[in-house]
Amino acid sequence: MTAPVTLSLAVNGAVHEVTVPPRKLLSDVLREDLGLTGTHVGCEHGVCGACTILIDGQPARACLTFAVQMEGHDLTTIEAVSEGDRLSPLQQALHQVHGLQCGFCTPGIIMTVTAYLRDHPDPDEVEIRDLLSGNLCRCTGYQNIVKAVIRAAAEIRARAPA
Amino acid sequence: MLNMRLAQPEHLIDLNDLIELDRVIDHGEWVEVGALTRHHRVATAPEIRQGVPLLADAAATIGHYAIRQRGTLGGSLVQADPAAQLPLVAVTLGADVMVRSRRGRRTVAAAEFLRAIMSVDLAGDELVTGVCFPRQPDGERWAFDLFSRRHGDFAIVAVALTLQLDDAGAIVALRLGVGGVGPVPMRLTAVEQRAVGLVPDGDTILDLARNAAAAITPEDDPLVPAKYRRDLVETLTARALRRVTADWPEVTT
Repeated sequence: MTAPVTLSLAVNGAVHEVTVPPRKLLSDVLREDLGLTGTHVGCEHGVCGACTILIDGQPARACLTFAVQMEGHDLTTIEAVSEGDRLSPLQQALHQVHGLQCGFCTPGIIMTVTAYLRDHPDPDEVEIRDLLSGNLCRCTGYQNIVKAVIRAAAEIRARAPA
Repeated sequence: MLNMRLAQPEHLIDLNDLIELDRVIDHGEWVEVGALTRHHRVATAPEIRQGVPLLADAAATIGHYAIRQRGTLGGSLVQADPAAQLPLVAVTLGADVMVRSRRGRRTVAAAEFLRAIMSVDLAGDELVTGVCFPRQPDGERWAFDLFSRRHGDFAIVAVALTLQLDDAGAIVALRLGVGGVGPVPMRLTAVEQRAVGLVPDGDTILDLARNAAAAITPEDDPLVPAKYRRDLVETLTARALRRVTADWPEVTT
């Protein structure tokens, strides 16, 4: 039962075959077996949000998911967020308004907010603060993250075809 | 549960891909919500927002946005945390839990399904397939409120209520459920009965809230004294009653 199993994972548009113990967390498989170390591991029990990725387009904690559960699902990690060499509007905004310091929480915040802005293109500040409550940041005090989200949302709306 | 090593099952079956249990069906008198329906969908589905708005409002307060994308109605009911939102709403509204196994199907009232802290009426070969919530009547008002020390944490105390008023503004029916004050969420039926016929002005609200606090018998725990929980029940009940009376938005058509 704890013998390694072989499974295929669709991550960032590519299919990877991995052989891992069934009890291995998705966050650890992404980092250790696929080398996608942009997904960070903080609390390992779903509280801090650093490991947030997208499962079928929706934000989820990779540390609360076993990799074996993910066959047949579409995974997106921070490595697929930038558009080639160009930062995404949210990444650019975080850079411009100093929305990160050590950067440990940033990948999880980017995954959470990217999915949220796709479904809620014009959030107000209260909504943004509620959203960010699921991602702990110990450096910034959040003020500049909120500013970055507002700026990114405006940029994404401006880019969208009318 | 697994992560905290509270549960160490020999076998673990992933139900997440049973997508046919991620569903909301409006049966008129009842709204059936599948066990695999995610909290985010419970909070936003038009059939629930219209038919069982108390449920939708409660689901919107669970955890955080990413958590609500994965957590499910069935998962919350079966975990049976004494302070969780959805068991409280199921008990308050008198919902029925639908259970299935190879032996057949059965339905059990939420108040009977929840037996004790994290313990439910479910055999090893049974699966919760969904929950049937009675539609809230037209004109019924509702409020859900909770207190937790950090936004998104489990509540210390949570309160769910519905209220119907007659044309003179007197209470026709009150349902008042509280969570976090005992092993399972409970209806405060004595307070509900006391409320009938009263006009919920400021003094009446305070009286009902004090009676709610007196109706529970929480125990001291290392972090939360019993008196603190009782004070929270009083405060949250009063706040919820004000929200469905003085602060209830006038209907504009």
